[in-house]
Amino acid sequence: MADPRAADRPAPGSSVPGPRSPARRSAASRAWDTLRYYAPAIVVFVAGLVLWEFAVSALGLQKFILPKPSAIAAALIERAGTLVPSARTTFVEAVGGLAIGTLAGTLVAFVTSRFATARDALLPWAVAANAVPIIAFAPIMNNWFGVLSPLSKMMIVAILVFFPVMINVTRGLSQVDASAVELMRSYAASEWTILRKVRIPNALPFFFTALKIATTLSLIGAIVGEYFGGVDLVLGRQIVQSASALRFDVTWAAIVLGAAMGIVFYLVVAGLERLLIPWHGSVREGG
Amino acid sequence: MTESAPAVVTIAGVDKTFEVAGQAGTQALQGIDLEIRRGEFVSLIGPSGCGKSTLLRLIGDLTTPSAGTVTVNGKTAHRARLDRDYGMVFQAPVLFDWRTVEENVALPLEILGRPKSERIARAREMLELVELQGFLRHHPYQLSGGMQQRVAIARALAFEPSIQLMDETFGALDEMTRERMNSEVLRIWERTGTTIVFVTHSIPEAVFLSSRVVVMSARPGRISQVIEADLPRPRGFETREQPRYFGLVTQVREALHGPQAQVATVGGPGSPARTAAEGAVG
Repeated sequence: MADPRAADRPAPGSSVPGPRSPARRSAASRAWDTLRYYAPAIVVFVAGLVLWEFAVSALGLQKFILPKPSAIAAALIERAGTLVPSARTTFVEAVGGLAIGTLAGTLVAFVTSRFATARDALLPWAVAANAVPIIAFAPIMNNWFGVLSPLSKMMIVAILVFFPVMINVTRGLSQVDASAVELMRSYAASEWTILRKVRIPNALPFFFTALKIATTLSLIGAIVGEYFGGVDLVLGRQIVQSASALRFDVTWAAIVLGAAMGIVFYLVVAGLERLLIPWHGSVREGG
Repeated sequence: MTESAPAVVTIAGVDKTFEVAGQAGTQALQGIDLEIRRGEFVSLIGPSGCGKSTLLRLIGDLTTPSAGTVTVNGKTAHRARLDRDYGMVFQAPVLFDWRTVEENVALPLEILGRPKSERIARAREMLELVELQGFLRHHPYQLSGGMQQRVAIARALAFEPSIQLMDETFGALDEMTRERMNSEVLRIWERTGTTIVFVTHSIPEAVFLSSRVVVMSARPGRISQVIEADLPRPRGFETREQPRYFGLVTQVREALHGPQAQVATVGGPGSPARTAAEGAVG
């Protein structure tokens, strides 16, 4: 619910065109603004790479301590034949696990928020479990679901993702403004209607916050799960094997691929958020 | 309003005690009898803790009495709520940010299962009534506090409930916006002929708006006096400058402060007490 404001005029930062909003600006002018907004970040990134490149030579660092960016790029191209399929498999594990964990977390959240006693009994456990280093269970998942099956990695990811999703969605469904519920009651709305029209929209921002945390966790879960064994054409195995062969340029190349996937994954979720909940404070500009 | 108009709300012998586990309950309301007739504008005023909001919530079946009965349109308050006899406006506008202004106003009609074309037409009509027809596609967070409250009023009017319950609706607004909103709510009331029960802690607001002012006292909450606010209508800017208006404001103030105020008019040692009490209310 928006805060009441004192003055009787539209809040600043209103982005929806209305009777008093300025005329729409041209696409070219907006593209220029976007470029200007990102320019400093791009400059810093490129400068960082250049500095890294020259610092390695200047300090005389060994290739196995810190390879140059150019060497990492070369390794990436040289090993593309193995690294790209590896990244693809790891990504499938991460996405699969994310889907399973998010689905399960959301379902349990709906059940717990519907039944107050279930929530009171389960939520403390869920919060406690969230503090457990769940990644330590990876070898057990490998044992249960087959070390060579992608399902074992998906299950590691799913467990990792489950708790933040469940806790956040439960909060989103239950932390509803009391007067919003009273308003709905005054219309004699059913619990089902209140769920659909108030609780679920209220939970969406919480869901996306959880999903953004979960995308990062899903890649960590998949890669670390792979460290404990499995098929070779996955990022985790490529990292372990190249490191033990002292080919650290290849290790870095695999890490760069993992990082790139993580960023793309996060941006996809952030984009979905903008698309689906443009009304929320975390997304909208100004007010 | 005329005496002959039928009763919309009849409250008879109502007590309300809030039970706290392991403790003696807090008595919020005691022996409340009140009848509100069709088309009346009744304000409930009193110091904080006098149970005026609780009384409003009892009428709206958002809480139930410990003793006594609340009858609305000849039914129990519960039945009346299920029949959608109430429009509610709270102190906070309680708008949903994920809905446009138009969709917020159409919400009760949506719950009532009215067809979409009717919902849109009705929402637009109501937004015109509160002079927000230019903001259909805006979202609540893009509006000021006063505009948000007008959307909430439009929403409460949208499905033509027989009674409007307003709980300190303008309490969070600044004085100037509040006076403008008061005139606006009167204009709407006069046009629609709805019945309004209005909780406030502002004496001028209660006098300016109401046909009757119900003055309550605290601990336990009781009705101490009911004052007919017989100012001519339509009321406007000049109403606030009439001698009768000031007379009614004084009458309500004295009713609120009870015996202390009378001691003060005589003068003597009671005077400081009156000043202190006046500072506490209104």
